[in-house]
Amino acid sequence: MSERVQLKEIARNLRIDILRMLHKAKSGHTGGSLSCIDILTALYFSKMRYKIDDPAWPDRDRFILSKGHAAPALYAVLAKIGYCSNEDLMTLRQIDSKLQGHPDCKAIAGIEVSTGSLGQGLSMANGISLALKLDKKQSRVYCLLGDGECQEGQVWEAAMTAAHYRLDNLCAIVDNNGLQIDGAVKDVKGIEPLPEKWKAFGWNVITADGHDFDSLLSAFDKAEEVKDQPTMIVARTVKGKGVSVFEGKAKYHGVPPSDEELTIALKELGGV
Amino acid sequence: MIATRDAYGETLARLGEINKDIVVLDADLSGSTKTAVFAKKFPDRFFNMGVAEQDMMGTAAGLAVAGKIPFASTFAIFATGRAWEQVRQSIAYPKVNVKIVASHAGITVGEDGASHQSVEDIAVMRVIPEMTVIVPADGIETRKVIEEMVRYKGPVYVRVSRGKSPVILDESYSFEIGKGTVLREGTTVAIIACGIMVSKAIEAADILGKEGLSARVINISTIKPIDKDLIIKAARETCAIVTAEEHSIIGGLGSAVAEVLAENHPVPMKRVGIEDKFGTSGDADRLMEIYGLTPENIAKAAREVIKRKR
Repeated sequence: MSERVQLKEIARNLRIDILRMLHKAKSGHTGGSLSCIDILTALYFSKMRYKIDDPAWPDRDRFILSKGHAAPALYAVLAKIGYCSNEDLMTLRQIDSKLQGHPDCKAIAGIEVSTGSLGQGLSMANGISLALKLDKKQSRVYCLLGDGECQEGQVWEAAMTAAHYRLDNLCAIVDNNGLQIDGAVKDVKGIEPLPEKWKAFGWNVITADGHDFDSLLSAFDKAEEVKDQPTMIVARTVKGKGVSVFEGKAKYHGVPPSDEELTIALKELGGV
Repeated sequence: MIATRDAYGETLARLGEINKDIVVLDADLSGSTKTAVFAKKFPDRFFNMGVAEQDMMGTAAGLAVAGKIPFASTFAIFATGRAWEQVRQSIAYPKVNVKIVASHAGITVGEDGASHQSVEDIAVMRVIPEMTVIVPADGIETRKVIEEMVRYKGPVYVRVSRGKSPVILDESYSFEIGKGTVLREGTTVAIIACGIMVSKAIEAADILGKEGLSARVINISTIKPIDKDLIIKAARETCAIVTAEEHSIIGGLGSAVAEVLAENHPVPMKRVGIEDKFGTSGDADRLMEIYGLTPENIAKAAREVIKRKR
């Protein structure tokens, strides 16, 4: 099986995990978890270096989920790696669960920082990148933002910091699905032209198809070659990707699948 | 006389030589907060974040996660006000090892006026879970606090001041998080103070002494976790408490002491501080008089609580 086919199969299974845990939790963020899962799959199952038996390996690459509401996507990945169990997934958002509504770095090894309040992840990613450079480490730092999240002022403060300190070990990705909880990003408060904005802030910008592994992996490789500049990958995605009833609908930003929707989803994803 | 911000800057630069994990961040105020002393010696470990306090707190959190010991400095109002939620989410909730050392706290900022005078910082830091809050009384205590900050793992807020203030502790003093110190024994009333108000509390005790009133003076430099035992003991033994702080009487040292007293050993008490007002521009010493942060006003409060004793 080619790597691309393998990644597709992994992402298909992760989508099933995401929907099952959200359905069980009866709350959580469906649309944004599905729109970014291919990006996480490309990173965790092809691009990033880490050790399954040592989550704290000092030379690992780091991933920061700045759009912390997509926690189910990250949890599904961490369970697949083995940093938490499949049983843990079914405790999402419940009392005493390691799987908080938004990622808690104290709860699970493999979660680098706590996120959830939008706009804060890129600053933390910058701090980690600076520390890795001080320590002369070769590790890379990946940070995933939402497009609605780019309405936060702190994102642009952090954008300036990364460019000023020439953080070429940093690669950020925007999950550009075009929707946020109140509707289309362009209607709520427009952020375009996004690639040009990041360019103007001193970043190397690459646009990619956020559901195409060739496109994503080629973008990550190109980012690694750039010196003295951080890279932003603007990844075009579809909110709710992979399940017809959720695709392109802002309504499913923060709504879990109903019993009926889960059945449809599992059928479409071949989970039954 | 030494400004606690100067003691901070010098101590940080000295510790930077011993501990290479120390990194320092500032938001375009390094000359004022005195982190510039460190920056000059260790330019590779100093990060000027520009006028971007929120980003500074997040970046400090990232550096801490990756094993560094970040000290993040700016004026108290921006560190705790502008960046409050970043401090809560990125630093306190994950309990990362960031030291926020904020200068220019209180009204002694002086001429810059209310926009720059933080009278709320202790309150808004104290309410955050996992956050330790420290207000050193003088230059010597500031040095010892900063030394301890390098050893202690976890988020801390340290409040230092712009103006010069008397040195009241000596080299034999040893700082411990959560421990207050009795600076003057007394039996009729206890004055509990922090920061630059500690020296004024000692002066107030002198005034009261001349009137035959024996005042205990306690330095509570750790506002959180507060030294409950020392406060309860003072309440039991003197039955009258006055607090003194260069901060709003709402939410700061006075409130913290009142919480301890109300739940453990209620006695007559009065809070000396800024009475639910913003600051204003002017000479720092004059402002202290206008806002009632004087030894005379502390002594007056002491007489009042002594009268209220049963």
